[in-house]
Amino acid sequence: MTQGDHPVGDTQWPLWEVFTQSAPGKPHEHAGSVHAPDAELALQNARDVYTRRGEAVSLWVVPADAITASSPSDAGPFFEPGNDKAYRHPQFYKVPRGVKVF
Amino acid sequence: MPQKNTESALSPEDAARLEAFEAHVGKGGYVEPKDWMPERYRKQLIRMMSQHAHSEVVGMLPEGNWITRAPSLRRKMVLLAKVQDEAGHGLYIYCGTETLGVDREELVEALLAGKAKYSSIFNYPTLTWADIGAIGWLVDGAAIVNQTMLAKASYGPYARAMIRICKEENFHKRQGYEIMATLSKGTPAQKAMAQDALDRWWWPSLMMFGPSDTNSPNSAELIKWGVKKKTNDELRQRFVDLTVPQAEAIGLTLPDPDLRYDEETKHWNFGEIDWDEFWTVVKGNGPCNKERLEARRRAHDDGAWVRAAAEAYAAKRNGHNRATAA
Ligand SMILES: [Fe+2]
Ligand SMILES: [Fe+2]
Repeated sequence: MTQGDHPVGDTQWPLWEVFTQSAPGKPHEHAGSVHAPDAELALQNARDVYTRRGEAVSLWVVPADAITASSPSDAGPFFEPGNDKAYRHPQFYKVPRGVKVF
Repeated sequence: MPQKNTESALSPEDAARLEAFEAHVGKGGYVEPKDWMPERYRKQLIRMMSQHAHSEVVGMLPEGNWITRAPSLRRKMVLLAKVQDEAGHGLYIYCGTETLGVDREELVEALLAGKAKYSSIFNYPTLTWADIGAIGWLVDGAAIVNQTMLAKASYGPYARAMIRICKEENFHKRQGYEIMATLSKGTPAQKAMAQDALDRWWWPSLMMFGPSDTNSPNSAELIKWGVKKKTNDELRQRFVDLTVPQAEAIGLTLPDPDLRYDEETKHWNFGEIDWDEFWTVVKGNGPCNKERLEARRRAHDDGAWVRAAAEAYAAKRNGHNRATAA
């Protein structure tokens, strides 16, 4: 998005994050990023850069500045609510000996 | 804490952070873009990764030279795919470098201005078709040894780019080795051509691993921070050990009279590298330094109209979208 003082055609274009789905039923995973002037070319660039060997059946491109990420410095307290609840895991519960629960 | 004079006058806060950082990477921990890292770690990675990305890009030039002259359609398809992979490798690593807070644009500008380094191996000329075989076998072979190590680098985006690259490099090496094996089984002239290419590419390939450990200022720090896991000399030795039997198997001779197997260490000893030649090429006075940069600049300039057209089209469509949304 930086046009800056560069002549037209000499900027690096906006950044897009690329997500690939490796097979039907699998989740989309982050593969890397590409620069492109618009979404359509971002998809084509992502295809050429990240899927030259059938690595994907589906591609997402997302403007990098549209992503909001958690911050590593707050990671401790931020994820804390999920870390101190052992009762959310099946191992927390006692089952009579010899009984198959599943 | 022990004296760490990598950065002068650390605040107590930063000293504690540095200690935690070094403990983390010392245990094999990963560093991600938004994590705290010493400025020097960031700088070293930007230097290393951008040089690596530039090498992938400039590395297309010596081989590109032979695409139109490949001896068969099969070889031509393969070489095109290989060179296209190298463009991809450059892009993976530029994108990884950008996570450290630099723009690809700055890096490319530095390359075009002749201010950035890239691997010296690409400043040697490709004189015959056998050179394409030698490059795939030796240059990509050496790159695999180096990149397999870097796939475990402490900086996450670099390691992930390397894993992706390593998967693709094996084909590069094999196609090169296949070319050499084929020539070596061919007419006497073809075999001589293969041997000549090997003679010219062997020593520069060994130089790809960089200066010897006694003369490599960055190594200790990069190893301490988990960016590198092995020294230049260890990697070079691994490459020699791997390559000697491969040369033997196709009836070619490595151009080193001192090469001999050491029963005790189980390694191949090899002769002294010509470090004067190494530094001459690094400093810009190799056979093709000027030609490579000129070719790169020409390609960049010739592509300007494509970039301008794509931008104009995007701007027009954006304007159109805004107009219809209003
Ligand atoms: Fe490569
Ligand atoms: Fe390669």
